[in-house]
Amino acid sequence: MSEESVFELARHYRFQWEQAQQAYVLLYPEGMVKLGASAGEILKRVDGVSPVSAIVADLERAFPCADLRRDVTEFLAHASERGWIHVKPA
Amino acid sequence: MSSQPNPPLWLLAELTYRCPLHCVYCSNPVDYTAYGEELATEEWVRVLREGRQLGATQLGFSGGEPLVRDDLEVLVAEARRLGYYSNLITSGVGLNERRIAAFKEGGLDHIQVSFQDSTREMNDFLSSTRTFDLKRRIAKLVKQYDYPMVLNVVLHRLNIEHVGQILELAAELEAEYVELANTQYYGWAFLNRDLLLPSREQLERAEEVTNRFRERVGNRMKIYFVVPDYYENRPKACMNGWGSVFLNLTADGLALPCHEARMLPGLEFPSVREHDLRWIWHDSPAFNRYRGDEWMKEPCRSCPEKAKDYGGCRCQAYLLTGDAALADPVCDKSPHHALITRAVERARQAGAGVETKPVLFYRDDENSRRLSRKSEQAPIA
Repeated sequence: MSEESVFELARHYRFQWEQAQQAYVLLYPEGMVKLGASAGEILKRVDGVSPVSAIVADLERAFPCADLRRDVTEFLAHASERGWIHVKPA
Repeated sequence: MSSQPNPPLWLLAELTYRCPLHCVYCSNPVDYTAYGEELATEEWVRVLREGRQLGATQLGFSGGEPLVRDDLEVLVAEARRLGYYSNLITSGVGLNERRIAAFKEGGLDHIQVSFQDSTREMNDFLSSTRTFDLKRRIAKLVKQYDYPMVLNVVLHRLNIEHVGQILELAAELEAEYVELANTQYYGWAFLNRDLLLPSREQLERAEEVTNRFRERVGNRMKIYFVVPDYYENRPKACMNGWGSVFLNLTADGLALPCHEARMLPGLEFPSVREHDLRWIWHDSPAFNRYRGDEWMKEPCRSCPEKAKDYGGCRCQAYLLTGDAALADPVCDKSPHHALITRAVERARQAGAGVETKPVLFYRDDENSRRLSRKSEQAPIA
């Protein structure tokens, strides 16, 4: 993963806000992952267009107190390992 | 039950009990012909909306064969509008290019196609139809419309030796997921249990073949192998607990905590024609009957594992012992565990010898009507 990597959701996964759970969730065939608040904020920005650097910058604008680069890259690595997202082929 | 239950996550809509297949292990109630009129389109739409408001995210369209309903396209589109992740659970019979294109357009997320076996002969024998070639065409259509290919094959003594070929077929169809689900012994499968329960040796061989195949294909295909609970010492955490995550809606509008609960005596399951889903899930006596652990008897009541498996399956307890509040006899702490070991012993003796075809109860209207005339499905204990 580099600063310029662009991630997108894996095929057949859907990301959405769940009112009843008060959480973002990831839906896939016959299953669901309920995301924590920060995971939800990161995944919301994984749109198949924005590179990692833009996701970090946007989050730092929204939550101006922290250096979020490490949190973001760690979560993206975890999410790719679980098969939720992958790097979009150039 | 005092605390508020969590929302249901899974809504299973058994749109119809009608089905072109007659599988000998069908999980539908054996007296399905005795039930009333199917819910109309607008009734389903209302119930789906209520389910979504309650917090359900996964929606299964099942049956019977859900493709028998010609309003499935309408329901699929409504499900997408409401924000469900929708799954079509089908034999494939009734699917064609026009319909799958409409499902794609409407926003259906996922299709699971069942196969009875890897061979035409056994597929057609088990389902009492000629559907094998059709199913192969359907599988291709599913791929063509960019759906993940999920194959479901119910395993039992008559096909479990074909697991290797079944997996080869799955590879040929480029399946992404394969569910090798051993038969669960309820409904029609329970009637045919002595014919269907595999022996322990058959089961072990099948698992071995599956593991070797897994090593060969790696990540390309995800294979689930579900062992029949008759070969376990502890019961399954059925439905993750009664009224915990799963809400089943029958063709005629009853709300059930699982596919099988309808047969339990002394429980009045609420109809969505008379109640809204919120009341049904939170407040109806039937959905609260086996929540928590206050209903448990010994050995469950004092068991340290009761929070793990909830005493197993209420329907299996009833079906085998006649009392739904007893421990699931699969548990070797149950005083009725011998009911399981005796069935397993009969399966061992029967081995793989199926040369003489025993009588099968095909799931069809005539058999169902005959079985409905008995006042209720009698436990065998």
